[in-house]
Amino acid sequence: MSFNEKFDGGRNGLEAQAELREGEVLRPIDDDLSLGAPEFAQALENFRLSVHAWSEAEYSRPRTAVKTVRQRSWRLAAGWALGCVLVAGSVSGGVYERHHRQELARIATAQQTEQQRAAREQRAREEEDLLAKVDSEVSREVPSAMEPLAQLMAEDETK
Amino acid sequence: MAAGTVCEPMTKATAEEIAGRELETAAQEFASVVASHRPQIFRFLLSSTRDVDLAETLTQECFLKAHRNWGSFRGDSSAMTWLMRIAINLQKDYWRNRRMQFWRHTQTNSVDMDEASEWLPSGERSAEQQLLAREQVGRVWESVKGLSERQRTVFLLRYVEEQELSEIARATGLSEGTVKAHLSRAVAKVRAELGGKR
Repeated sequence: MSFNEKFDGGRNGLEAQAELREGEVLRPIDDDLSLGAPEFAQALENFRLSVHAWSEAEYSRPRTAVKTVRQRSWRLAAGWALGCVLVAGSVSGGVYERHHRQELARIATAQQTEQQRAAREQRAREEEDLLAKVDSEVSREVPSAMEPLAQLMAEDETK
Repeated sequence: MAAGTVCEPMTKATAEEIAGRELETAAQEFASVVASHRPQIFRFLLSSTRDVDLAETLTQECFLKAHRNWGSFRGDSSAMTWLMRIAINLQKDYWRNRRMQFWRHTQTNSVDMDEASEWLPSGERSAEQQLLAREQVGRVWESVKGLSERQRTVFLLRYVEEQELSEIARATGLSEGTVKAHLSRAVAKVRAELGGKR
């Protein structure tokens, strides 16, 4: 069926449908769509020819996509580079943070050990002092019952 | 088969040969479908989007999708209708995705109406007739732009691709009555844009 046959053949065409207002329900029409005035049919025919001519011209035109491809590859490379930098940054940040924490923990442990050692030494010194004091104040060289004898022995030795 | 003929089991090599021949036949069939229908699919997508690059991309996608599903094409409808249905769905998906990608550059590469209406076959027309025709085409483009997506699709399939209503119904997945209703409203709008002449 040619274009003009389609347009001229309808009897229950769109004239009535064209008068529909917003909100009215469209009812399907039974026959082919009549377009009425020949000017309107001519306008649609021109439109069809125009689209066909444009499409044929564009379809047969050789096309190059070099720039697009380059842009895309450049963008892709930039995206990858940015991604790599972000990943490397986050990984190195994580490693540094972990190392820093380990270092702090090691220092804290060393300090704690040092404090414990100092405390132990202090305790040992205090015990020694206490024992020395006890020795000097409380202990005797001989029991008290033997003291007169010891004095005599000391006198004999001087003579 | 004659009586007494021994039916030998199919060897592996024979099965592979048959499969290879079937694949080759299917590939040839598909190649001929591409060659015969590609310009029409491109034209429909170009008129729908007014964007040459987008129309080319969607045409490529359409045939890629068709190639992937060529085995499942049962031939219930014509290959053209089947391809047109794929193209319409691709176009719908594209616009739906574009609406979601609001952070992207919102302008499309669509050519404006004046540029689109520049294209007219030279024919045997006077300069005045050419000018008049160009003006008419520009106004039709303007009115087509104002149509809803479905109205535009139906309108273009009918008056640019010259498809029958039944074909449009199959391609769009609508009933014929619905197609007529959309078409009549679209024509009414275009007619109103052109001045309501009868």
